[in-house]
Amino acid sequence: MNPLRLIAVAGSPNAGKSALFNALTGARQKVGNYPGVTVERHSGRLMLGDGRPVEMVDLPGAYSLEPSSPDEAVTRDVLLGKQQGERLPDALLIVVDASNLDNHLRFALQLIELGLPTIIALNMVDLAKRDGLELDPVRLEQELGVPVIPTVAVRRRGVADLQTALDDMFSSPRRSAHQPVKSDLLSLQRRAREIAAAAVISETPVRRWTHRLDAVLLHPIAGPIILAALMFIIFQAVFAWSATPMDWIGDGVAWLSTQVSAVLPPGLLRSLIVDGAIAGVGAVITFLPQILILFFFILLLEGTGYMVRAAFLMDKLMHRTGLSGRAFIPLLSSFACAVPGIMATRTIEDPKDRLTTILVAPLMTCSARLPVYTLIIAAFIPNTNVGLGIGLQGLVMFGLYILGIGGALLAALVLRKGVLKGGGAGFMMELPKYQWPQLKGVLIGLLARVEIFLKRAGTIILGTTVVLWALASIPQAGPGQKQSEVSIAGHIADGIEVVVKPIGFNHDIALALLPAMAAREVAVSAIATVYSIDEANDPSAEKSLTDKLRHRWPLPTALAFLAWFVFAPQCISTIAVTRRETNGWKWPLFMVSYLFVLAYAAAGLTYWTAVALGL
Amino acid sequence: MTVHAQPKAVGLDQLRLGTKACVASIDWTMLDPGEAARLRNFGFDEGVAVEPLHLGPFGRDPIAIRVGRMTVAIRRKHAGAIQVFPLA
Repeated sequence: MNPLRLIAVAGSPNAGKSALFNALTGARQKVGNYPGVTVERHSGRLMLGDGRPVEMVDLPGAYSLEPSSPDEAVTRDVLLGKQQGERLPDALLIVVDASNLDNHLRFALQLIELGLPTIIALNMVDLAKRDGLELDPVRLEQELGVPVIPTVAVRRRGVADLQTALDDMFSSPRRSAHQPVKSDLLSLQRRAREIAAAAVISETPVRRWTHRLDAVLLHPIAGPIILAALMFIIFQAVFAWSATPMDWIGDGVAWLSTQVSAVLPPGLLRSLIVDGAIAGVGAVITFLPQILILFFFILLLEGTGYMVRAAFLMDKLMHRTGLSGRAFIPLLSSFACAVPGIMATRTIEDPKDRLTTILVAPLMTCSARLPVYTLIIAAFIPNTNVGLGIGLQGLVMFGLYILGIGGALLAALVLRKGVLKGGGAGFMMELPKYQWPQLKGVLIGLLARVEIFLKRAGTIILGTTVVLWALASIPQAGPGQKQSEVSIAGHIADGIEVVVKPIGFNHDIALALLPAMAAREVAVSAIATVYSIDEANDPSAEKSLTDKLRHRWPLPTALAFLAWFVFAPQCISTIAVTRRETNGWKWPLFMVSYLFVLAYAAAGLTYWTAVALGL
Repeated sequence: MTVHAQPKAVGLDQLRLGTKACVASIDWTMLDPGEAARLRNFGFDEGVAVEPLHLGPFGRDPIAIRVGRMTVAIRRKHAGAIQVFPLA
């Protein structure tokens, strides 16, 4: 079967390309990846007037065929027919922003020189008009020599005209062939400015909305305050709105395991499904509501154009640690969960900036660490007042957060001086016009993120939890034996104990570290399980886990355990998503190793200091 | 492009906010290839109208600059590579 004919949608960033692509292809989209790079491939289908389908691919935004980011390199390679995993497009749909023709026509002129059948969508003509700019599409068509269709993609205006123009293009015989671009960028740029000037019918200077908003949002004092307030609201929402749906998912998972337990006879199979698959994947998908809410806001901020303003405000501070302003939102997101945080690094164009951000994201204290912190603090830190109404417990919790942030900044600094030295395009970005976010675009983006997350939960996470289960359940304990000691995991824990004994960890902790790899908060239930099994026949057993811990762990051990959890890379999902986002095992392995070293050193220092102080 | 009466070029990073100017020259050697490509893609070129609009809140860095009909943000260091003629 012949592959469908391919239309590539190309244009500069912020031309409204994706909105037009969404308007033409609807929700029938496929999001994939170009091989070897972490650049998403968005494709969809379009029906021509005669009923024949064509494939449309939405290329990453680029300013020209001279790339300054991996995304732009993919766009160039597709358009030159050199991209692995993509055929040379049969036709081009070039999207330009009507109010930024001087710049966008340069890329358009370059693409027209390629000689492929081409249509230009003169997009956002309504916004140009609002800004006092009246354009002449016919004149533009004469100057460029290809059809020019005025559109307002977000209101579907001009979409029907565009469809007709595409029909015409495909029904007329091909008159042109792919050829190399000869003109240099500078002369194209000058020609673009001439054409743009010629196409202007009238221009009335008006105070633009974007400028008015920027006067407030980028104000040296008001700007950071508004940003902080926005972030506060988002975090409130992430934690407050997610509580109920997280409970539902938790209940659903519990219900499912009860049902399965009722149907299956006790034994290895039931244990595999209930304790392995359902419990493991259940623990991870509980975070889906938080991820959804966080991404909803991220996509909203991105869609309105505020995201780059936030990066602008934070760039100087982030730059001091070797990161860029672009890293701010991904790192902030990592306080909820490193998985969406790492996924959000896709907005960072510079590959080294992006990689550094990914590598330090797990150091931001994610919400899964909270149950562990809460348990240990409640058990070991006295609930006293240190003055000014500040409780010691809260102070310790705050200190753990600060420790994580400090560790991340330090790690970024070291990484940028060492393995990730040097930079690319640095911090150079367009501040696009503010726009109302498009609900459809946000929903499509949200759906793509959910799919990525669930696919991970369904494959890598399921796989590893089953392996962890097997380690903990095989071989089965005979009468009078403890499962936690007989199992492979128990023997592995013996090995781990040798390594972690110097930093004050006992066999129970060594055992809990294994399942905690699946999800951090599992450490709590793992410790609980060990103690409840061991005390099954002891009537005098302490009731609460807090009491049990207090009697079994010396204080230095508890403090070392906390320090360990600040740095340790204990979450399979994070490792899996890092593998996906960096396209290989090299960087996730590097991340895991350096975090383990950090965690070991931090726990060790804490333990030895505490012992020396006689705590 | 009319050249100003006293054509004295200054660095774009030295320009006061809201002062319109036109680009006199760009020292491409101060930029690495990726940065240079990005600046060219933004439309920075001799004779192009520019105007600094906003400064970052910390250390007056980065700088938001109107170039042609676009607004772009670049770091102070990179703005220093761009010499401009201020237009009163």
